[in-house]
Amino acid sequence: MSFQTPLGVARGNGTARSGTGHGLVQHAIALALIPIGLAAAVLFFWMIQVGYAGAVSLLRQPWVLLFVVLLVALPFWHGYLGIKVIIEDYVSNKRLAYTAITLIRFLSVAVALLGIIAAAKIGFGG
Amino acid sequence: MNNSRSMPLSPHIAIYRWPLSMTLSILHRISGVVLYSGALGLVYWLVALAEGPNAFATAGWFFHSWIGQVFLCLWSLAFFYHLLTGIRHLAWDSGWGFERRAYYFSGWLVVLGTVGLTAATWIFGWLIVGGVL
Repeated sequence: MSFQTPLGVARGNGTARSGTGHGLVQHAIALALIPIGLAAAVLFFWMIQVGYAGAVSLLRQPWVLLFVVLLVALPFWHGYLGIKVIIEDYVSNKRLAYTAITLIRFLSVAVALLGIIAAAKIGFGG
Repeated sequence: MNNSRSMPLSPHIAIYRWPLSMTLSILHRISGVVLYSGALGLVYWLVALAEGPNAFATAGWFFHSWIGQVFLCLWSLAFFYHLLTGIRHLAWDSGWGFERRAYYFSGWLVVLGTVGLTAATWIFGWLIVGGVL
């Protein structure tokens, strides 16, 4: 017995009423972050070892720059979705929950953009 | 209605022995939040790198101070913990690892792996900072 309408079943809507998109994105990013996270640990020690000038010239390589942009963007996307779920689970006051989720969303986008701008400034040699 | 009669109660968290699975589950969320703050630290580091050598040196001083070291320690623990439990979650989502033995085996593997990988990373880091590598 199903309480879902046929349209709801087709769209994959659960109690969140917004489909399975977030869950799929969360899992896809999680999978991508396994190699990216491990490579980031290597890059981190590499940049420490080569110092300021070496780190800057490393980031001028297009592939490294792309990697760092992903390294900033994907964790904030994944983290925003994760903290959203935590807030939805533990904050019962809807007004407070939606306010907190909106703030976390703005914070995530803003700080991720800041990181991407910083990486791009180094990469493009500003 | 006679309330003094002993009625059957539905079992809740308080009456069970605290199992490994509950600890690992809540730590997955806590480590996720720690990693989010770590991502803020990563962006701070990148901004310092973009601003120039002085700002980068200041960031280096911060991460070498005791509060920065505690932050990096928690971050690295959370990183390996969340990575390993994340892989465990992805395995569950593919239908693997729900049997009792596999469940506890992978759980303890996560605990040991987190401690081992974090320790190995810090030893590697100290060797690099110390100029041995």
